[in-house]
Amino acid sequence: MKIDMSYGSGGKQTGNLINDIFLKHFDNKTLNKLEDAAVLNVSGNIAYTTDSFVVTPLFFRGGDIGKLAICGTVNDLSMMGAVPKYLTAGFIIEEGAEIETIDTIAQSMAQAAMEAGVKIVAGDTKVIEGKGGIYINTSGIGEIIKPGISISNCHEGDVIILSGYLGEHHAAILSSRMGIENSIASDCAPLSSIVKSLIDENINVRCMRDVTRGGLATVLNEAAEHSGCAIEICEEDIPVSKEVQGFCDILGLDPLYMANEGKMIAVVPVQEADKALGIIRDNKYGKNAAVIGRMMGGKGVILKTRLQGTRSIDVLYGEGLPRIC
Amino acid sequence: MKTLEQVKDELKNYDGKPIKIMEVCGTHTGSIFKNGIRSLLSPKIQLISGPGCPVCVTSSSYIDRLVELSRLEKHCVLTFGDMMKVKGSEYSLTEAKAIGGNVQILYSPLLAIQKAMDDQDTQYIFAAVGFETTTPIYALMMDEILNKNINNLKLLTSLKTIVPALTFICENEEGIDAFLSPGHVSAVIGSNAYQTLREQYKKPFVIAGFEGEHILAAVYEIVSQIKSGDCQVKNMYPSVVTEDGNYKAQKLVDQYFESTDDYWRGIGVIEGSALSLREQYRDYDAGSVGRIQEEKQPIGCRCTDVILGRIQPIECPLFKKVCSPLSAVGSCMVSSEGACGIWYKNI
Repeated sequence: MKIDMSYGSGGKQTGNLINDIFLKHFDNKTLNKLEDAAVLNVSGNIAYTTDSFVVTPLFFRGGDIGKLAICGTVNDLSMMGAVPKYLTAGFIIEEGAEIETIDTIAQSMAQAAMEAGVKIVAGDTKVIEGKGGIYINTSGIGEIIKPGISISNCHEGDVIILSGYLGEHHAAILSSRMGIENSIASDCAPLSSIVKSLIDENINVRCMRDVTRGGLATVLNEAAEHSGCAIEICEEDIPVSKEVQGFCDILGLDPLYMANEGKMIAVVPVQEADKALGIIRDNKYGKNAAVIGRMMGGKGVILKTRLQGTRSIDVLYGEGLPRIC
Repeated sequence: MKTLEQVKDELKNYDGKPIKIMEVCGTHTGSIFKNGIRSLLSPKIQLISGPGCPVCVTSSSYIDRLVELSRLEKHCVLTFGDMMKVKGSEYSLTEAKAIGGNVQILYSPLLAIQKAMDDQDTQYIFAAVGFETTTPIYALMMDEILNKNINNLKLLTSLKTIVPALTFICENEEGIDAFLSPGHVSAVIGSNAYQTLREQYKKPFVIAGFEGEHILAAVYEIVSQIKSGDCQVKNMYPSVVTEDGNYKAQKLVDQYFESTDDYWRGIGVIEGSALSLREQYRDYDAGSVGRIQEEKQPIGCRCTDVILGRIQPIECPLFKKVCSPLSAVGSCMVSSEGACGIWYKNI
């Protein structure tokens, strides 16, 4: 069955869509009341964010737009030292989309939400003309359990830990779009459990960032600029899988600028680096974590190459497009 | 046999006469930055980037033609990603797409065959840009087009050849002491392709691979040749490059393409510096022939001087001021292999 404009009318078909798909999968007391707004119980300071997801294809190796929509917002909340609690989900569906596809996406969202310990407490559906595309917006609230974590809070001498291999999401999406066969899967994952462990173990985390669009290079530049420091990273210490590296070599892409959906950096004081690294590596989403560099005096991001040369790393400009030869 | 550490040490402490080496391959330029090679060399050894990025030397009239084709009903332009951002006289392909042009990015020309077969109501045009490395793939594409009797796929060619460009540089530019010759192009044309140049201009032509160690070794070889005064063509990428090159690829290219003059953005027309489809295959050409026209460089832009190795990108008055990867004035800023684009991101 395909979605047509009547599913966006607010009438019977809209009701069916909500009951048969969204309530079935997202099932929780707050949402099930179907009030105009969710009434929530939170304590202390909250983190609050929103993100929209427009990925094509909707399904890719390692994930789908639904899982991405949950993990993206969960991760943004987590990076502020918050425990994600409640999400909203807005769907913009183009006519022609298969109802079965929406059902599969909603199921995937429910699974990801359960893993991250969040409830989807409010939602919205709109249908527009088009060719069967599906777009999702999620917003979320998390309770801050460690205040003060900030991109501008890094200190000279602090150590930067990256939670695993770079570039997997970007490479998986590009492979799928371009019909390249390989076994690269998106790293799409909720990072909330890594963050919770770091905080529970009393690591004095200065700054955390999920490494998404713009890649590691862009995140590091932001940390350096906002904290008034320079950053030195070592090429040899940056984890990149052989398959992604090969993919990048063929297409002329740089893993430093590729998007990830389940990777983060944590900046911690040098004396806590080993402990923090151990905690991250103990998590299933942090097995390949590594210390990749440190905060220094000065400005900018410097990479020490494998040959012990140096080069400056700037932010991403424009879109990373496969090169010509 | 020297160790890597000895080579690095000697290159860092070189104190002889200043040496200017031109790398003529955009992938080399990228690798030089990626590996921080400049930081490992004495200030007396200067690496400058030549006209080896196919995107950078493609004329704006070529882009204009692609834009025009992309906006025709039931037409679709297929291209490599790099070409998307290059500005024509009015639009880039990215901008053409935003105003309704039909443009798709492919990573292999051979995927175009499938597309054309799947949608026979659309006229596909492949933006066939590149040097000798890429041209054999277009020849294979022609093979497929003919074998499968595909009538809705054409090529718009801008296929450059490197030796005429090197000859032009040797003839017109003073002060370049040696050439770091391209690895992949040389795999097709062979190391002997540089012998005439070496004999005529008495300069080292050293072919290198793309790893940092390959480039350091090639620079070391160039410095050694210059010190000894014995300039040679030296193949330091023998696992891939032979003396005569890839005969099969050469033969395939020769079957479909013939030599022609072409316009190089920033340089001008260089005689016999390109390949276009032979007369009998012109039905598969989307208007490449007769496209040559002189173009004016944007005011203040010094792409010409960059491509010819007269200046480093930072010496251009527009560099990092009005010219950036997000708003490129000159073509060298556009491509990930263009000298200015690479410099911008890495200094």
